[in-house]
Amino acid sequence: MSMFARTTLDQQNRRVEWLVKTLFLMMTVLLIVPVVLIMGILIQRGAPVLSWGFLTEVPTNGMTAGGIFTALIGTVWIVTVALIASVPIGVAAAVYLSEYAPDNWLTRAINLAIINLAGVPSIVHALFGLGAFVVFFGFGRSILAASLTLAVMTLPIVIVATRESLQAVPHAFREACWNMGATRWQTIRKVVLPNSISGILTGVILEVSRTAGETAPIMFTGAAAFLPFLPQGVLDQTMAMSLHLYVVSTQVPDVPDALPFGVALVLISMVLVMNATSIAFRVYLRNKRKW
Amino acid sequence: MPADVQADALPGSIADDFNTRGRDWYVDRAVSVGVFVGGVSAIIFIIGIFIFVTREGLGFALGTLDLKEFFTSMNWRPTSERNPTYGILALMAGTASVTGLAMLVAVPFSLGAAIYIAEFASGRMRESLKVLVELLAAIPSVVWGFIGMSIMNPLIIDMFDVPVGLSVLNAGVILGLMAAPIMTTIAEDALKAVPDAYREAAEAMGATRWQVVFKVVLPAAKNGLMAAVLLGVGRGFGETMAVLMASGHAINIPTSPFDSVRALTATIAAELGDTARGSDHYGVLFTLGIFLFVVTFVINLTADIVVKGVGKKQ
Repeated sequence: MSMFARTTLDQQNRRVEWLVKTLFLMMTVLLIVPVVLIMGILIQRGAPVLSWGFLTEVPTNGMTAGGIFTALIGTVWIVTVALIASVPIGVAAAVYLSEYAPDNWLTRAINLAIINLAGVPSIVHALFGLGAFVVFFGFGRSILAASLTLAVMTLPIVIVATRESLQAVPHAFREACWNMGATRWQTIRKVVLPNSISGILTGVILEVSRTAGETAPIMFTGAAAFLPFLPQGVLDQTMAMSLHLYVVSTQVPDVPDALPFGVALVLISMVLVMNATSIAFRVYLRNKRKW
Repeated sequence: MPADVQADALPGSIADDFNTRGRDWYVDRAVSVGVFVGGVSAIIFIIGIFIFVTREGLGFALGTLDLKEFFTSMNWRPTSERNPTYGILALMAGTASVTGLAMLVAVPFSLGAAIYIAEFASGRMRESLKVLVELLAAIPSVVWGFIGMSIMNPLIIDMFDVPVGLSVLNAGVILGLMAAPIMTTIAEDALKAVPDAYREAAEAMGATRWQVVFKVVLPAAKNGLMAAVLLGVGRGFGETMAVLMASGHAINIPTSPFDSVRALTATIAAELGDTARGSDHYGVLFTLGIFLFVVTFVINLTADIVVKGVGKKQ
């Protein structure tokens, strides 16, 4: 028997290897398949409701008929205001953490705060929004209060994505720029940010997706169950897609079975399309990157 | 100009050039202050959350509330006219049972999936699985709640022949499916953080793949995996809409997975809309908020410490 022939132990190991690999693959599949099936059911039962009218008409008959126009536009308002508030702060925070922050207790505290902002339950963010923006700052129940609540909640998404893309820019780029006599900020503005802008954008898209889907934080801060008209400004209340799904599936009697499926389908399509865009963008960038 | 260039040490004429504190210098200063403010904003916000939630709830928590009753009574009757009681024992049991079942579902599967994706899958397969898992994590909680009500509910009633399908089982499975992708992603990161040299050393000794995984990678990634589980628990504990819609929302200490329960988070979401600011009911819901905040803070802090422990060793 040659030295390299397979021993019984080898064969046994191989069998175990195959078993383990298959087991883990099955676990992965079992994690994904139910969700894919559920999506299939959502599409099958929601698709018949979808039409151009569903997207462009306001809800009628106590929300048992008509479309979702006011909720869609409301979500666009909430997301836009939340982005205006959180993107500048998030990018600034990421620039600080990536370009300026020394390795000290304060930086550690900031990182811990970011983890906690992401980890605090959404309903606690709702209580914060109510206590701070609605009551203390006196914005009342409004788009502004709801959006600021969501902005605080989704800040970690922008910070983490931006920090990662800033850190992906090689340090040599910065050194080359400093050697030309540029200031720290000139270096960041002319070299670091342009090289990471697309990475920042993927983070922003993720934030949009998250903001559009959140329900609890806006329930008591600015989203209304039903409004027959569109908001005129940031101090108005508004309907929103996520809350609309909750309301038509739990609060309203005699809703046709298919209607909430339609709402869920539109909401989930919005979210998944944005996430897929963000992922595709990231893959494209990774392939394009020259360093 | 980089801050560390010592202008004073340079010959006169050059030093003069460097010493011109022109517009660029001031802009640079202003920006460094601006980004610093952005940086500490995360700390300001987390403190702000604590302060504002406490501000609305503390008066009640210290004044009217009997803390012993709060944690040990299972009677949650905040709207009773004559004798309102505020016991959260049943609500804690609801949260614990749903989160527990969710972890039972999610922990083995997400760790298994993470191991497969990080250690066994390769190339296109790995990339597709990662993307799929990431997409699963993006599904909003209200959609999960709706799935629990409209798809899982009739399914459970049919399969187990029970009268109600909104229960610990329903909410637990939904929550498990929700938490699994996040735990998979974090666990996979933890496995990736194990240096390849460890794997190579084991393989050079003749270890097979699964031996490498079980004897080398898993022990080395232990802390990161624990953190992944902890963050999953935190996620389950804090989840609101899905649990509100799928658990049946009945005050109950469950004795079987088919019992309806009510979670701490769901209670706030369901009742806050009906309370007047300053009332006892309003106060007790904010007290619940303080409790939730503190518990999740501790969970996140623990996860952070567990992960940092690993960082020191390597």
